[in-house]
Amino acid sequence: MGQMVRLAGAVLAVMLTVAGFADAGESRAQRVALPVVKIEKGAACVAPTEEMRRDHSEMLLHQRERTVHQGLREPRFSLKNCVDCHASRETGSVLGKEGFCSSCHSYAAVSIDCFECHTPLRQSGAAVVSR
Amino acid sequence: MNPERREFLGWGVAAAAGAALAPGLRLIELVQARSPQEAASALQRWGLLIDITKCADCEVCVTACREENGWTGQGRTATDPQWIRKVNLRDKRTGYAQTLPLMCQHCEHPPCVDVCPTGASFKRDDGIVLVDKHICIGCRYCVMACPYGARSFVHETVSGQKADVPRGKGTVESCTLCVHRVDRGETPACVEACNRDGGKAMVFGDLNDSSAEIHHRLRTEPSSQVRPDLALNTGVRYQGL
Repeated sequence: MGQMVRLAGAVLAVMLTVAGFADAGESRAQRVALPVVKIEKGAACVAPTEEMRRDHSEMLLHQRERTVHQGLREPRFSLKNCVDCHASRETGSVLGKEGFCSSCHSYAAVSIDCFECHTPLRQSGAAVVSR
Repeated sequence: MNPERREFLGWGVAAAAGAALAPGLRLIELVQARSPQEAASALQRWGLLIDITKCADCEVCVTACREENGWTGQGRTATDPQWIRKVNLRDKRTGYAQTLPLMCQHCEHPPCVDVCPTGASFKRDDGIVLVDKHICIGCRYCVMACPYGARSFVHETVSGQKADVPRGKGTVESCTLCVHRVDRGETPACVEACNRDGGKAMVFGDLNDSSAEIHHRLRTEPSSQVRPDLALNTGVRYQGL
């Protein structure tokens, strides 16, 4: 019985090592497409890139409360403005294979619910970005 | 202190207070379009006045609402969303027929807000009753609570939404009094369309603003609420009902 447990342990250890090698470096990049970050419009976003990458969901969450409940439609953190700048030039959308939102979110495996209700398409007319 | 002297001092204090308040200060602010940085305020209460005697036998308001807010039916009347509808009334004895548009009445004491378990159904400070679809769980208590049948549930996946009017499956929705237009200082789409192509039966305005047409007409002409017995103090009023 003790021998069998030891054998099973060894097999498991080998399997884990092999899995670890397979997961490293190049092969991971091949399995999961790296996100495509194409900035289509505008020189700078409403906050520094690092802050935007980490906190954009917080900004949107905060803004949605202000807009829906208080009627404050400030352009700075409005989702409409995000889409107007970041929608792809070809498809006019932030979703799709190389969409600004969807490519990062599929890489990070984080589901994105905004566009269940909001339109992912850019509206005609220039976007206003104010810092 | 004798009475004359007391009266004289009283007048002096009143004059001083008047002089202190007068320059550039109004106790009640005039109503105008808000800037995007200014929150909706309880100084205003938006409302509608609909004169049924002028309401033509058309669907201009319904079509305009549908186009503005992007709610389209799939031809399934039981489950299609409906923000505004035309109701036809007929007196059984005399045969006298009337038609009127019915939508969310934007009550001061909305039953839909009372029953909402998540706080998604709420009344904005300026009296507009809305659904915060971010926190709506689709339980439809509000649909049952509304005495006007104004709310509908989105049963099917939605695509092609308007940028200002997000809509999605699994949430409840109703007339927003075109809140995105009101915030820009415009009138609701139904009112604009009725005054352009319809019977010019609808007036939109601030019920608290004594200089507004709606305020003047409600003060000087007879009007009524639908189901006044419920004491909901609706923001939408009717004439000729």
